[in-house]
Amino acid sequence: MDAPPLSAPLNIGFDYTRSLGPVLSRFMTGLRERRVLGSRTADGRVHVPPLEYDPVTHAPVTELVGVRPTGTVRSWTWTDRPLDGQPLDRPFGWALILLDGADTALLHAVDAGARDRMHTGLRVRIRWAAQRSGHIRDIECFEPDSGEPFPQAEPDSAEPVTVMTTPIRLSYTHTTSADESRYLRALAEGRLLGQRCPVCHKVYVPPRVCPADGVPTQEEVTVHDHGTVTTFCVVNVPFAGQRLEPPYVVAQILLDGADIPIPHLIVGLPADQVRMGMRVAAVWRDPQSWTTTPENIAHFRPTGEPDSPYESYREHL
Amino acid sequence: MRAAVLGTGQTHHRTRRTDVSMAGLCREAIDRALEDAGVEWPQIDAVVLGKAPDLFEGVMMPELFLAQALGAAGRPLLRVHTAGSVGGATANVATTLVKAGVHRRVLAVAFEKQSESNAMWALSIQPPFTAPIGAGAGGYFAPHIRAYIRRSHAPGHIGALVAVKDRRNGALNPYAHLRQPDITLESVRSSAMLWDPVRYDETCPSSDGACAVVIGDQAAAEASERPVAWIRATAMRTEPTFFAGKDHVNPRAGAEAARALWQAAGITDPLEEVDVAEIYVPFSWFEPMWLENLGFAEPGQGWKLVESGETRIGGRLPVNPSGGVLCSNPIGASGMLRFAEAAMQVMGRAGEHQVTGARTALGHAYGGGSQFFSMWVVSSS
Repeated sequence: MDAPPLSAPLNIGFDYTRSLGPVLSRFMTGLRERRVLGSRTADGRVHVPPLEYDPVTHAPVTELVGVRPTGTVRSWTWTDRPLDGQPLDRPFGWALILLDGADTALLHAVDAGARDRMHTGLRVRIRWAAQRSGHIRDIECFEPDSGEPFPQAEPDSAEPVTVMTTPIRLSYTHTTSADESRYLRALAEGRLLGQRCPVCHKVYVPPRVCPADGVPTQEEVTVHDHGTVTTFCVVNVPFAGQRLEPPYVVAQILLDGADIPIPHLIVGLPADQVRMGMRVAAVWRDPQSWTTTPENIAHFRPTGEPDSPYESYREHL
Repeated sequence: MRAAVLGTGQTHHRTRRTDVSMAGLCREAIDRALEDAGVEWPQIDAVVLGKAPDLFEGVMMPELFLAQALGAAGRPLLRVHTAGSVGGATANVATTLVKAGVHRRVLAVAFEKQSESNAMWALSIQPPFTAPIGAGAGGYFAPHIRAYIRRSHAPGHIGALVAVKDRRNGALNPYAHLRQPDITLESVRSSAMLWDPVRYDETCPSSDGACAVVIGDQAAAEASERPVAWIRATAMRTEPTFFAGKDHVNPRAGAEAARALWQAAGITDPLEEVDVAEIYVPFSWFEPMWLENLGFAEPGQGWKLVESGETRIGGRLPVNPSGGVLCSNPIGASGMLRFAEAAMQVMGRAGEHQVTGARTALGHAYGGGSQFFSMWVVSSS
């Protein structure tokens, strides 16, 4: 029986920049000034957050009106375990809140302290963030309405907000297939594993369900760590998240005994001397450092053998 | 059931359209398409939305929050996703809904707002257990361009010739992102090498933009007061990104889609019978590669049409008179722009980049690792 498939965390993130357009720009700018604006559509309804287009007439919405920072809970639920990025880091209520003067409810967090303090019909008020920048997070959350007067809205003379930064973070557990796990475990032993498709008899590295025939792996074969460069690219361009310093050569390498090339780095000669057909060999890192990763091979180096003739790899381009 | 393009619309494509939201970007194209078609909102029966990977804007399923701005409330809304070919696939799905007799008039819209993130980053995410060698779309396609050059023995300046042609064409297109009337072969060939053999000036820009088309059935087309573009045929094909023996230079799925397209349109000699082609060329060398894949030239011969100037406006087969993807690349919309520009040509509404007497035109798109292909042929009658 196989060992369980290998898995590892995959975390990606980007601070996305949202262009707001004329309506949402006014809405976010209003939040910075502690004002909530809704949009009035042709049927007279006031929508919060504002709609950009009238859902009935399809016309752009141009009329924005102020609503009160107080409202009524129309429906709610409770979360005992808030997640990263949610408005509060302690248990809170998620509520649909109808602000006074609005006709549609806004989903937000209510810092009620305990579940039994939440109920439909609860009167709530906005708790403004101390530092406001023209962002939906300027509303920190809602809280049960104390009836105390609000600080005055503060019209400011700063530039209207046109772009809102929205950090997005995604956390996955990336799990490999059984085939790929065997490939990676073989790499940890310094071997390159492939599979021969029982239908087309092509050797795939790494092994996988044959994409041409759709049949699973039956016969696994070890392939050589020498091969031929079929084609390549010299990367000169820097980009966000890049882990190597340009220029570097990424080549498609047809390992001896394989029928599909693998991509890897070519090091050991100037980039402008890398050639199609060049013979190369894997340069393995110190065996002490080997784990289940293709990075056990630091790169490929030229072997100095004569180049392979074009005809020998032309079917692999 | 016959179907026709009643009208098209597109945005002014720019690096950063920070003046509009995603909804506003789409509506800029939609409102122009409805006006061009002479169609009012109540006449639209369904909406089809296309865009490329959600990671580009960081919004999962943008069709959810866009539904209302796209006019989809009370109507069917479909989302299509086939990577870079999605704009073409979206137009084809809308065409199918009309040809099948399901709807009379369908609005198809596609967009990308690249300025919300960074496509190079989004296309180079490194999963665990892989080596850090991805380098965006350019890093992916450059080796296959090298293979084309080796296989066809094309002279080294062919890519630059395409870039000069497309950028000058773009200068005739008021919506194009890059408009460079003064670009020269020398300036392209001295621009920075990004992904050898692809130079900076041979690469598409990153754009914010959208495109929309209104597709109608025969009755809708005959009711139109303006010329329409009859959709003679559509085709789509797919193949795996990688398989042993995959031809990255001349992919089988593209060739088979083209054969099916010409057959369905009753076209036996595409070079003779097609007057203008809008082909998805994000890197200049893909013009000769796709000319071969599409059957306009024999394998290895496509670069000769480029070298002899036959793909310029006024040549035997003008390719990308709009300036193409090399001038504007709102990824999700780029395919639909090809389809819409083909329609504009046969409707006689292409303005300064109109090809005189164009009656039959190709719109083409591809996506993924040369994996998804979509295309259509439109005619003035």
